[in-house]
Amino acid sequence: MLLVLLKRLGQTVFVLFGISVMVFLVFLATPGTDPTSRIAGKNASPQTIERVRHEYGFDRPLPVQYATMMKKLFITQDLASYANRGELVVPELAKAAPITLSLAAGAAVIWVSVSICMGTVAAAFRNTWIDRTLMMIGLVGLSIPVFWLGQVANLITQARFHDTWLFSWVPGPGYIPFSESPLGWFRALVIPWCTLAVLFIGLYARILRADLVSVMDEDFMRTARAKGLSPLRVLLVHGLRTSMISFISMFGMDFAQLIGGGALLTEVVFGLGGVGRLTYQAMGALDLPLIMASVMYSAVFVVLANALVDVIYLVLDPRVRDGR
Amino acid sequence: MDADMPLLDVRDLRVTLTGSEKDITLVDSVSFTAGAGEILGLVGESGSGKSVTALAIMGLLDMPGLVVSGSVRFRGRELVGLSQRALRHVRGREIAMIFQDPMTAFTPVYTIGWQIDEAIRAHEKISRRDARTRTVKLLNEMGVPDPERTANRYPHQLSGGLRQRAMIAMALSCNPALLIADEPTTALDVTVQAQILDLLRGLRHDYGSGVLLITHDMGVVAETCDDVLVLYSGRMAETGPAAALFARPAHPYTTALLDSIPPLTGPRPARLPSIAGVPPSPAARPSGCAFAPRCHYAHASCTTKPPLIVWEEQEVACVLPTEGHALPPRITAGETP
Repeated sequence: MLLVLLKRLGQTVFVLFGISVMVFLVFLATPGTDPTSRIAGKNASPQTIERVRHEYGFDRPLPVQYATMMKKLFITQDLASYANRGELVVPELAKAAPITLSLAAGAAVIWVSVSICMGTVAAAFRNTWIDRTLMMIGLVGLSIPVFWLGQVANLITQARFHDTWLFSWVPGPGYIPFSESPLGWFRALVIPWCTLAVLFIGLYARILRADLVSVMDEDFMRTARAKGLSPLRVLLVHGLRTSMISFISMFGMDFAQLIGGGALLTEVVFGLGGVGRLTYQAMGALDLPLIMASVMYSAVFVVLANALVDVIYLVLDPRVRDGR
Repeated sequence: MDADMPLLDVRDLRVTLTGSEKDITLVDSVSFTAGAGEILGLVGESGSGKSVTALAIMGLLDMPGLVVSGSVRFRGRELVGLSQRALRHVRGREIAMIFQDPMTAFTPVYTIGWQIDEAIRAHEKISRRDARTRTVKLLNEMGVPDPERTANRYPHQLSGGLRQRAMIAMALSCNPALLIADEPTTALDVTVQAQILDLLRGLRHDYGSGVLLITHDMGVVAETCDDVLVLYSGRMAETGPAAALFARPAHPYTTALLDSIPPLTGPRPARLPSIAGVPPSPAARPSGCAFAPRCHYAHASCTTKPPLIVWEEQEVACVLPTEGHALPPRITAGETP
């Protein structure tokens, strides 16, 4: 167990190193990114440029620049933004992370539970109108762009019907920290959660339905029926449990990319200052320290999510347990 | 229960696949009876309708387009047309089934013991602990070594033979009156096959269960069964007591099947006789005798479907005996009839 953890830790460090080198090099190779002239301003004198270059360390060899940046990011944690002078990157990220985490976690709870119900019901009633209707609804949800759905949701809850009893409880756009008011946190996020979840529900329900339908032809399902079990028990205990593999793999990936900033559109539409929006701003300003920090942050979550998926596999499938 | 009433009485069982332009009859007017404590062999090549017959008896054929008609009386109770809810109480408790491939017949994510417990608890209100006690006892009776530990193992951790023993233990867990074994030894090694067959033979003494043994292997039938029903292309070819049928088979197909068993004594044949051609698919079955295209004795009168006639101790669907050309009795070297 300890060995597995250590191995995983080693992999994580390796992945982070690779990604950071790549981001660093891509940034330097991109035309128009020379940080010195950006920081010094448009018509800066050569002396000013020289001073800035020396102050920020741009006159030193690349490996040293890279090492300095990593040291400032991970050890002293005082890496400052290139775009906004003096603004520290790590605290800014720390402020944005809980927002994204809240958004993604809440949406995940909704999309996982709803899609499991939808997929299972559709598989149980396969090739009937119930199946077709559910899959149609899923497809519609899958096809709606999230920014459009978010805008419509805002239009309804913030403008059109905000003053009616129906939506008067919805606070204005923005985030309310959980520590400040759990209820407020919930109210502020419930509409974004649903909006984000709609996209995934359709996809996950379809995947689960397909896996369930194919598992129904398996011998062990026939054995379960021949034992005299109820159809519901056969479907849930024997069928659903064995057909969760692709569902979980997909979930690990999607959840990690959402936490790593993939919920950008939802964050922008609902005025949530999460990691996605932060990264987007950093890209716009070509702010290497901020880009570096947020990319590192997402990479950590992708690796963590993969580890979590592996653990879930171990719990779900004894064959995997013996395989290692 | 009426004393002369057979345990299982199948009359005119017919399974038809509807939906495409032409209805396809998978199982055509199959009738047989099986008594308590008897082993009835259901023999035929792949696609002869053996498994379909078994699934029809269990009421497990509920795919759209499949129509089951005729009569299946189990202890006098009609099973065809019974609701799924009512069938659930029959399945597992009164009629249990063993499947061909023990590798895939257990749900991979639960332990063997858990799955047997589940079968017991589906039909009886007993505690988890009592169910496990019975599971371990059953596994022990089936010759599973170290049953307590084996019960806590997952299917993929066991060998094929152990899995099939566990499967039989699961089938016997509620003491069913009839056990349907669908090719229980096909996927196993020969040595393990013999052990499993021994186990099945022992069941009728130890549990008094009737067994419907489905197989394509005449050797297995010879070792195990009291009565035999030979199916060909979904129709009955010949049926009767195993001893009589082996001594003087009346249907050319039965003879051909018997010829394909390697002899135990005497010179080893260079090549085992095989039946030329393949069985017709149910959709392309000839209108007359289904076996005629592959039969050495085929002649003009084979173009009409032969009725099932009583001949000696058997019933046979062939015109040869009535035409006075009954097949000669088989004398196999080294075997005393």
